[in-house]
Amino acid sequence: MPRREFRDGVRAILGLTPAAFAFGASFAVLARAAGVGGVAATVMSATTFAGSAQVATVSILGTGGGLAAAVVAALLLNARYGAISVSVAPGFRGSLLRRLVESQLIVDESWAVSVQPDGRVERGVLLGAGATLWIFWTTGTVAGAVAGEAIGDPNRLGLDGAFPALFLALLAPQLRSRRAVAAAAIGAAIAFALIPFTPAGVPIVAATAGCLVGWRR
Amino acid sequence: MSSAWTAVAIVGVGTIALKSTGPVLLGGRELPARLMGLLSVLAPALLAALVVTQAFASGRHLVLDPRAFGLGAAAVAVLLRAPLLAVIVIAAAATALVRAL
Repeated sequence: MPRREFRDGVRAILGLTPAAFAFGASFAVLARAAGVGGVAATVMSATTFAGSAQVATVSILGTGGGLAAAVVAALLLNARYGAISVSVAPGFRGSLLRRLVESQLIVDESWAVSVQPDGRVERGVLLGAGATLWIFWTTGTVAGAVAGEAIGDPNRLGLDGAFPALFLALLAPQLRSRRAVAAAAIGAAIAFALIPFTPAGVPIVAATAGCLVGWRR
Repeated sequence: MSSAWTAVAIVGVGTIALKSTGPVLLGGRELPARLMGLLSVLAPALLAALVVTQAFASGRHLVLDPRAFGLGAAAVAVLLRAPLLAVIVIAAAATALVRAL
């Protein structure tokens, strides 16, 4: 893997690191309120490394929703990674262990900055971006677990408004062709239509149907 | 083992499996051209859905709350080609401002 690609990935994602750190910290605060300790929260950030699924897990446990409901919701939220994982496969080479470990750096953001117009990824860019995010996400979780209540409610600072914005900023450069715009419009429409009727995660997975505009004979 | 640790373990293993499926089973192999055609627009479809769910979903409800103002501010910033960090800060500030009003 060229070192330059890795550096490009780090650079592309730097603007996201404050949000990743703050979100990691707020996850730890939320986890503690739900009865999930700081060590468990940190282990989860380091291994699951998927924000929305982690938040869903602890908030369902915290509101008495039960283990099964928490696990199902989290895995539904992460089901999109199955599709992303297949799409990046051609770029990942080397030993089985290496591919297994490197693939854990796939998150929405690291994938979005490394994906090319033809759907392939630059593996080095993905790994640089993913490793950077992982460091800030995990240390943010530790900070939240340690500093705890001192942080207060991050939504007061508009953190919940930062996430749609960051996905929009990652989406904008993807809209390079009429086909991409159509896929985005269909994906958004499917999400809107399904939010009231399905558990969280399903609207996102169903939005992959927007890919059908990429059908070529 | 508490249910918290059980959840951490199951979600962790499940997510690791989901993320590694492609690279572990198909690593380095070319995908069929037709599948690559579909996957070439996976990013815009998924990212657009994430924008919608992060901005307008609250559980199973569609809501219009301060996040929508943050998203509007972000859209302007994106059109003006603001850097990523600026887009995020502007959106968070707009969201917090509208919420405080």
